[in-house]
Parts: sequence; structure tokens; C-alpha cells
Amino acid sequence: MKRVYVNEDRCLGCHLCETYCAFANSGETDMVKAFKTGKDAVPRIRIEEGDGINFAVQCRHCADPLCVKGCIAGALSVNNGVIEINHDKCVGCYTCVLSCPYGCIVIDYKNGGRTVTKCELCTRNNAGEPACAANCINRAIVFEERGED
Amino acid sequence: MKYVIIGNSAAAIGAVQGIREYDKDGNIVIISDEKYHTYSRPLISYYLKGAVSEDNMKYRPESFYADNNVETMLGVKAVSVDSAAKKVILEDGGEVAYDKLLIATGSKPFVPPMEGLDKVEKKFSFMKLDDVKAVEQTVKQGSKVLIIGAGLIGLKAAEALEHYGADMTVIDLADRILPSILDSEASEIMMNHIKSKGIKFMLSTSVKSFEAHSAELTNGVTVDFDFVILAVGVRPNTELAESAGGSVNRGIETDKTQAVKNVSDIYAAGDCTKSYDITSESERILALLPNAFMQGNVAGKNMAGKETYYFNAFPMNAIGFFGLHIITAGSYDGEAYTEINGKNYKKLFTKDNALKGFILMGNKIERAGIYTSMIREHIALDEVDFEALKKNPMLMAFSRERRNEKLAGGVGNGN
Repeated sequence: MKRVYVNEDRCLGCHLCETYCAFANSGETDMVKAFKTGKDAVPRIRIEEGDGINFAVQCRHCADPLCVKGCIAGALSVNNGVIEINHDKCVGCYTCVLSCPYGCIVIDYKNGGRTVTKCELCTRNNAGEPACAANCINRAIVFEERGED
Repeated sequence: MKYVIIGNSAAAIGAVQGIREYDKDGNIVIISDEKYHTYSRPLISYYLKGAVSEDNMKYRPESFYADNNVETMLGVKAVSVDSAAKKVILEDGGEVAYDKLLIATGSKPFVPPMEGLDKVEKKFSFMKLDDVKAVEQTVKQGSKVLIIGAGLIGLKAAEALEHYGADMTVIDLADRILPSILDSEASEIMMNHIKSKGIKFMLSTSVKSFEAHSAELTNGVTVDFDFVILAVGVRPNTELAESAGGSVNRGIETDKTQAVKNVSDIYAAGDCTKSYDITSESERILALLPNAFMQGNVAGKNMAGKETYYFNAFPMNAIGFFGLHIITAGSYDGEAYTEINGKNYKKLFTKDNALKGFILMGNKIERAGIYTSMIREHIALDEVDFEALKKNPMLMAFSRERRNEKLAGGVGNGN
């Protein structure tokens, strides 16, 4: 399946991916309005910055996902390879935060941590394709098929 | 092939999914003494406090049994297993034949003998949906409640009952709360946090004797109550495995395929079993939902003929009380690295060039899974920038090679 991949040699650490992720999941159509009204979502992608190295990290959509296996509420599930979260079922226990080897489950501080949230490859918003990859100015983030499964 | 599963919670569901990966056609029968669609046991406290509806407690969608072609016998109690004749005997005298059997019977409340307990009219365990439905019928605004046990169950009950303005006293024989997952410092932080919600604690004490609406404690104090929550501990349900002739030593003993030792074609998974904890290198009962699901899943695959091993078990807990969250894993053994900042607490335990366990609380919990993966994958500390990792879990601290593997992959890292 198509996944988001990052090339750490190209990442400038500009954080635009986080901004576009927050916008894509805001439900708003106007970016300025989304941020002005505080409707921007918690970014489900995060930049790690180091000495001359930067890269973005978000859900890898594992074929054998520990977060889904461990979810106590049945709130995480796999739909056509995409790991989805049902926010109505999530009780914010953070077992998935404990389980994810990549640190990719995000605590939704916008709702006071009542639930977690995560990258769903923009399949459940209006962005079409993953907004992080589509808007990466240096093509450090790409959305492509690498035939891993 | 006829698969019979006794139990209907995480381990049982894991088994159904495991079986169906490799066998689309075999018959699967689930027998459970509870009448409900599979639901999440740990969500009962959320139900009681009104944070989740009964419908949203379903552990899998309504269509799960139909989608997986599972026949359910709900509200039916299995009383023994005849492993020679390969059949399960039901309470009503009925019999269910099996080719492969999974025992996923979970655990039951442990109630130590306490003088006068029979005089107490309103007393509840806190494990099943029916338990909290009964509490829901009983609790009134301002009810006086005695909670016996300051572990995960007792304190989750307290959190839920706080929504009813209950006047609560929590007692425990141990000298601190949550002794199974917290060290003494973290325990004190959490206890003070919970106390700030008006809940009273009396530790290092137990009930000397009960009257109908009061308990005299061994420390000389008498506590009045409208009802009692019994949350001392749990014990594995091992009777069915014993009746089958399976090996039981406190918990049901299995091999790495989850097959019960000493019998054939019988598997066991979940809170009724023992697991090999890779961090303490010992057999332990790990009554944890993720562990139950994964054991069940491995059992199911093996039952369907796909040889698979479960070998990466260790204690893991993620839980919060009144907005203060804890994530813990592994064993608290070896050299400790500590950060304390108010209610925010981090302790990492390292030994033999490896991370063995951790306690994270408050704002220290983010990305905890990176630490968990270091335990699970036996990452050598001298191959990572552990000084950086200590402060913040990050992929940056791994070697470029391993990092690229992680970032490119993420496919098939589970058990």
C-alpha cells in the first residue's frame, strides 16, 4: 500500500508538514480561519530536530500493529491498511501511546487529553492525499508505494 | 475443524482473529457465562462515571460474530472439560464437542476471609459490567463508600464514584497505593493527587470485623458505609483447565504456542494463564488486556495450524486517575534515572546495557512506546544515544541505520 516516507537528507525542519496536518484535520476550508479560530487540529506528524538532521515521524500503518492489538476499547482498527481511530470509543487510557514503537500516537491536548489521535493518511478528511507530503516544499516527505506489503 | 472458545473477552477475540487469518471455514463456537456482546472489561469504570455508553463499550463491532462466522453461546456456563472425549460440559448438562479448545476464562475477584462480611448487605466486586450496573443501582449522591484495595481496580472505582459525590475511604494492607505498578515516590505523588479530590486513604490496615454498615479496622478506626467495594485482588479462573488435566500452578501453564501443558489440543490465553516476563525472567500472571489479546491471537493461529510463538511478554500499564496519567512497563530493577517536577515523574531502570523498566507520570508520558520498544527489542544502550533518550523518547537517538529501518518500515513488528 501507499505510505508516507521521509528522506532525512532533504528535511529542512521547517514544520510546514505539522501546520498542513493541523489544517487538513481542522474541518475548515480556509487555513487562516482554521488557525485564527483555534480549530486547527493537533498535528499527527511531528518533526524531530537534531544536529544537522531533521525528519518527520507519523504513523507507519504497521501491518501487525501493536497499538490496535493493545487497544483496550476497540477504538483502533485497520481499514484497508490504514489504522483508524474512533474518537467516540477512545477513553484516553493511552495504552496505544505505551505500545507504539515509533511514538506516533498523539495525545489530543485540544480536548484536554480526553482522547488520542493519529495520522490516518488523510483518508478521513477532505485533503485527498496526505497533506504533509503534498505540501512538503523540499520533497522530504513523499506518499508512495514501495511494495512492502 | 471445530474450534471452541470458552470466554468472550480480549483473549477470545484475539483467538477468533488469529484463527480466521488461517482458517476461513472452520466452525468457531464461543461459550461465555456473560450474556453480553464482547465488551471491554477495563471500561466499566468509564461506564459508571458516564464517560462511555454501554454501546460504545463493545470491544468489537456489532457485526463481529457474523463477519467472522462465529456461533455464540452467551449466558451459558461451562463447568468442566473432558479432554479424553474432547468435549466441554455445560452447567445445564449439555455438551459441546471440540477439535481445538481455547480456555480464555479470565480471572475472578479474590475476597479474603473477613469477619462479619456476610452481615454486609451491599457489597460489590468491580470486574464485570453486571458489577457496575449493580453499583449504579445502589449509589446515591453522597453515598458513603468503603473501598477495600488501593490497586488499579479499587482506584478506578473511586474515580468513577467521585462523579456521584461519594464520600469514600480507601484502605489497603500495603503501605502505599498501586504497589503493583508504582514505586514509593510515584505512589505518594498519585495518592496526594487523589486525596485532593476528597478521597480518604488508610494504609497498612485491613478490616478486623464488619457490621451491616460499618467496619472496624485493625488500626482501631471504625469506618461507616452505605456500601463496600471489594477490590483486594484477582485470581485466575483455572478450574476448567484443571478438570481437563492441564498443568496449573496458580495460573494455567502453557508453552510458547499457548498450548496448555500436560494435555492435547487445549490452549489457554489471557488473565487465567501465566506468561514468561522477559524483564524479570520469570513466570508471572500478567493480567493485562494487551497481553490477553496477543496471547489469544497467538493461540488462535496455532489452533488453525500456523505455528506461532508468544515470547515477548512483560508488564505494561497505561492508566490515569483524575487526569493524572501513568505509563509503566517492565521491571524496576537496576540503576535508576529519575526526573521529578511536581506531579511529573520519570524513572528509567537500566541493567546489563538494556532498559528493563520505566515509570512515567504526568507530562512525561508522551512517546512512551519508544521506551517500550527498547525493552521489547532488547536494544543495547551503547548502540543508542541514551543520554538524549533519557530526557525525551525520540527516534533521533537511534543509529541512522536503525532509524531508517524504523521510518521506512513499520511493517510487521508485532508478535
